Amino acid sequence: MSRLAAVFAKLEQDGRKALVPYIVAGDPAPALTVPLMHELVSKGADILEIGVPFSDPMAEGPVIQLAHERALANKVTLSMVLELVAEFRATDSTTPVVLMGYANPVEHMGYQQFADRASAAGVDGLLTVDMPPEEAEQATQILRAAGIDNIFLLAPTTSDERIQKIASLASGYLYCVSLNGVTGAGHLNVAAVTEKLASIKRHTNLPITVGFGIKDGASAAALAPLCEGVVVGSALIERIVATDSALNNTERAAVAAELIAEIRTAIDA
Amino acid sequence: MGSKLGKANFSQFPDATGHFGIYGGRFVSETLIFALDELEAAYQRLRKDPDFQAEFDHDLAHYVGRPSPLYHAKRWSNEVGGAQIYLKREDLNHTGAHKVNNTVGQALLAKYMGKKHVIAETGAGQHGVASATVAARLGMTCQVFMGEDDIQRQALNVYRMKLLGAEVVSVKSGSKTLKDAMNEAMRHWVTHVDDTFYIIGTAAGPHPYPMLVRDFQSVIGREAREQCLAQNGRLPDALVACVGGGSNAIGLFHPFLDDESVAMYGVEAGGHGVETGQHAAPLNDGSPGILHGNRTYLMQDDGGQIIETHSVSAGLDYPGVGPEHSWLKDMGRVNYVAINDDEALTAFRKLTLVEGIMPALESAHAVAYAEKLAKTMSPEQSIVVNLSGRGDKDIHTVATIDGIGIE
Repeated sequence: MSRLAAVFAKLEQDGRKALVPYIVAGDPAPALTVPLMHELVSKGADILEIGVPFSDPMAEGPVIQLAHERALANKVTLSMVLELVAEFRATDSTTPVVLMGYANPVEHMGYQQFADRASAAGVDGLLTVDMPPEEAEQATQILRAAGIDNIFLLAPTTSDERIQKIASLASGYLYCVSLNGVTGAGHLNVAAVTEKLASIKRHTNLPITVGFGIKDGASAAALAPLCEGVVVGSALIERIVATDSALNNTERAAVAAELIAEIRTAIDA
Repeated sequence: MGSKLGKANFSQFPDATGHFGIYGGRFVSETLIFALDELEAAYQRLRKDPDFQAEFDHDLAHYVGRPSPLYHAKRWSNEVGGAQIYLKREDLNHTGAHKVNNTVGQALLAKYMGKKHVIAETGAGQHGVASATVAARLGMTCQVFMGEDDIQRQALNVYRMKLLGAEVVSVKSGSKTLKDAMNEAMRHWVTHVDDTFYIIGTAAGPHPYPMLVRDFQSVIGREAREQCLAQNGRLPDALVACVGGGSNAIGLFHPFLDDESVAMYGVEAGGHGVETGQHAAPLNDGSPGILHGNRTYLMQDDGGQIIETHSVSAGLDYPGVGPEHSWLKDMGRVNYVAINDDEALTAFRKLTLVEGIMPALESAHAVAYAEKLAKTMSPEQSIVVNLSGRGDKDIHTVATIDGIGIE
């Protein structure tokens, strides 16, 4: 069983929901990334989504755009991201790690080389924001053969017909975008998400995580009962950036990860 | 380079999924797929709708001022001493460039689709002005996304757009230029996808944009073909057009693609020189990748990050290119060459002095290459150069290079 499948099976057994933090690898400093990943896990994260920096992050709001820019200023490459995951994996063999980013860095490395190296590094899934299923068949086969789940997005605008098509190609979980907009947007509509999730669940048994616009315990707790997991990105990155850079990396990581502890408490309540 | 292409039927591309060979496609986040499906369905219906076509043709004739002349530049041709050079005068269009052919077409699509809001990205401001213009005429709101650096460099066009009632949104992310303006327009579109029409300015982006922009711009090549036959009784031997995203070039080339005797040259911005790396010539010195919704040749680094480009001409200063050009390069149907900043500036001055026609700096790249090409040809042969825009907008840039301050 894959790490992702094991985590979702365990959560279901325990009646709990996955808490999925998103950070951008190498932001604000490459040396902070692995300590932060461990702290997020110790504060209650079940799955880690690690952003692969890209020069043109089209789907991101301002907070995550800046995170990508800082990581690129630190010369973070896809190869380096894989090295950071391998470093994390050396002391955590169970927490799933999903890379989230844009098609071009992976395309440039080559899907086969990426799949081989990501698998060796201990990556569990890949979510490529700008690769809808129509363009993803070959990549999905290569990834699957290497034991990596290709994670797809579902949006408020996704038709029932497309939900079926996407679900048939997907594995691991599906990532439901809560609203029409970019990451970190402030117009989450719980009623609309509720309706969308109901129609998604008519077409698939895959676990569904929901992201975009979840910023605190209250918004996470409102959505968690409707799905299998919630993703927190922009709000966490704001916390990370706000930490005192005079602290050492472990201390900074611990301070930032407090947000995850707060959200854990809220969704478990 | 690709294999000999024989009798390939270019009008059959893109294929049903929006691909030109391996290029093109639809690489966008899931939220936008519905909008692209909606646009594609509307366009497939309307391209066959006689009322829509009649309205488009009427607007091109009476609002844009088409057909644009095909002008035999005799004095310049004689001075060069080779082939006869003809200029396709897109600079005489309303708003001063070929861009308006496309914005008239897309705004009409928006109208037929019942959209009241349009958005556009712009670099130098020409597409922004052309979008603001058609939005004003149709009573639609218009927001134009423009990099902060470009806003400073193109103050005149910014004010022009404001006079036309558009809101100019300053983009502060990334390199603060055209590619970032396009990112921001995409972000706005994804947030307002229900009621907003995105007018993309070049033959790039996710399917169906490269196809519909090409179709709207193909009026250039259709007219040029008829005008050549009417004036000379034969087709030209070569076509030359500048390529940034490549909409003016594909518009000229497309109606000639099946005419095997017609050679084609797409001229990219060589900037400080292709060998310096400081240029905007992905077809000359880039590699295939994925950006802004399509697979195409890109300027990118070893890690697949998009790199900053350089050209004296803001309209060519873009790291990608329309996917059909990438395919035509690989097929060997079109030759893609580069002209440096200095050569383009020389051509700008030359055409202005010899013919009294001041080309846009973008078009000056095509002018410069046409002169090189003409010298290798005989006086019985002919070249059509797409004079895609007029140079008024560039006077400030040229004056600054000359060390003259103009307020």
